[in-house]
Amino acid sequence: MMNNHGKRITQGQFSFLPDLTDAQISAQIEFALARGYAVNVEYTDDPHPRNTYWEMFGMPMFDLKDPAGILMEINNCRKTFPNHYVRVTAFDSTRGWETPRMSFIVNRPANEPGFGLVRSEGPGRSMTYTVSSYAAQRPEGERY
Amino acid sequence: MGTLSPGAAAPQDSELDLGGLLRESHALEVIEALDRELVGLAPVKTRIQEIAALLVVDRARAQLGIAGDQPPSLHMCFTGNPGTGKTTVALRMAEILHRLGYVRKGHLVSVTRDDLVGQYIGHTAPKTREVIKKAMGGVLFIDEAYYLYKPENERDYGQESIEILLQVMENNRDDLVVILAGYKDRMDTFFRSNPGMSSRIAHHIDFPDYTPEELFAIARIMLERMQYKLSDAAAGALREYIALRRARAHFANARSIRNALDRARLRQAKRLFAGQAAGVSRDALMTIEAEDIRASRLFREESAGGDA
Repeated sequence: MMNNHGKRITQGQFSFLPDLTDAQISAQIEFALARGYAVNVEYTDDPHPRNTYWEMFGMPMFDLKDPAGILMEINNCRKTFPNHYVRVTAFDSTRGWETPRMSFIVNRPANEPGFGLVRSEGPGRSMTYTVSSYAAQRPEGERY
Repeated sequence: MGTLSPGAAAPQDSELDLGGLLRESHALEVIEALDRELVGLAPVKTRIQEIAALLVVDRARAQLGIAGDQPPSLHMCFTGNPGTGKTTVALRMAEILHRLGYVRKGHLVSVTRDDLVGQYIGHTAPKTREVIKKAMGGVLFIDEAYYLYKPENERDYGQESIEILLQVMENNRDDLVVILAGYKDRMDTFFRSNPGMSSRIAHHIDFPDYTPEELFAIARIMLERMQYKLSDAAAGALREYIALRRARAHFANARSIRNALDRARLRQAKRLFAGQAAGVSRDALMTIEAEDIRASRLFREESAGGDA
């Protein structure tokens, strides 16, 4: 989840594949809409894998029939945040699920520096490890 | 022509079967159903057949590689008095366009000013966009579209909504078809003050009022669907009622007829209750008698000298 395979973060679906084309994105959204999921466009510039709550780009889109409207929103978001991560999530409101069922990245920064390993020494010479994104060391909005 | 791959395209001089194309799309069934189930509306039906023919020809041209650079503009405007079937035809139109492959999903999103225009600054654009996104792949039907533009208030947010609509009608032609509907005279005023809107709408279709004979036929169809029937005397009473009602204010064509029938059903139920000692037969439950219709306020006012 957190390795930097080919200098690309790998979160959500399809992230080991080359970037999806618009047609492929539409096909995925078509699938989500056919199952009645509410599709959402989100963006962030903090790629840490534990950063689950990204900023929402507009409202979640309920009751859509066709992916064209969502693709329009994705393109708006890409235009507004060309150097952020943008992902599409599909929320399933079925009782018992009530959770995002799909999530995939549709836009990434041109250059992704990845993560460094941070070691910190605890009591009794024990070591704890965590990862820290190189990009996130700069303030928000100046990261990519 | 230029870059056609040899396998994919038909040769330049081959002949296409237009009728076959139309049959293949199954649009004919919808058009025939429209013809069968909707009474009157001759100019509307002719126009819809013309549009369907144009779309089939366009499809045929595309198959031969002679498509122009612009797909045909399909935005429409339905004008006519209330109750003349604008919404019903719009629903069928969505179905026809879907079968001919001009909209991907063929659903109809029916909205009015309230769904498009916001209540404060910055509210309108997201609201309009949300509706447009819902309508994509189908037909956006804007009822009483002239309310979008209120000339007496120059800060009205309706104008913003119109501008977004115009932009989408131009740029997302293959994603959605917009149908505006409203009364003829008010739509004319609306188009005069929004020439951009008028020029982006290719098809202006006017829905004529129904003749008394057509209204009677509509009443027959409605009753049939509700599983009722008219006694012979009631049929005569209904004809008289239609003639009287047409002359009155706020006459809303088929809608007025439906309301009248609903009231007749009410009176029929009351009559059956009043005479229940005799027991009720299946036939009595289905039949509307002349007295159920003649009990209408219209007849009483008529006999009282017509002072309403």
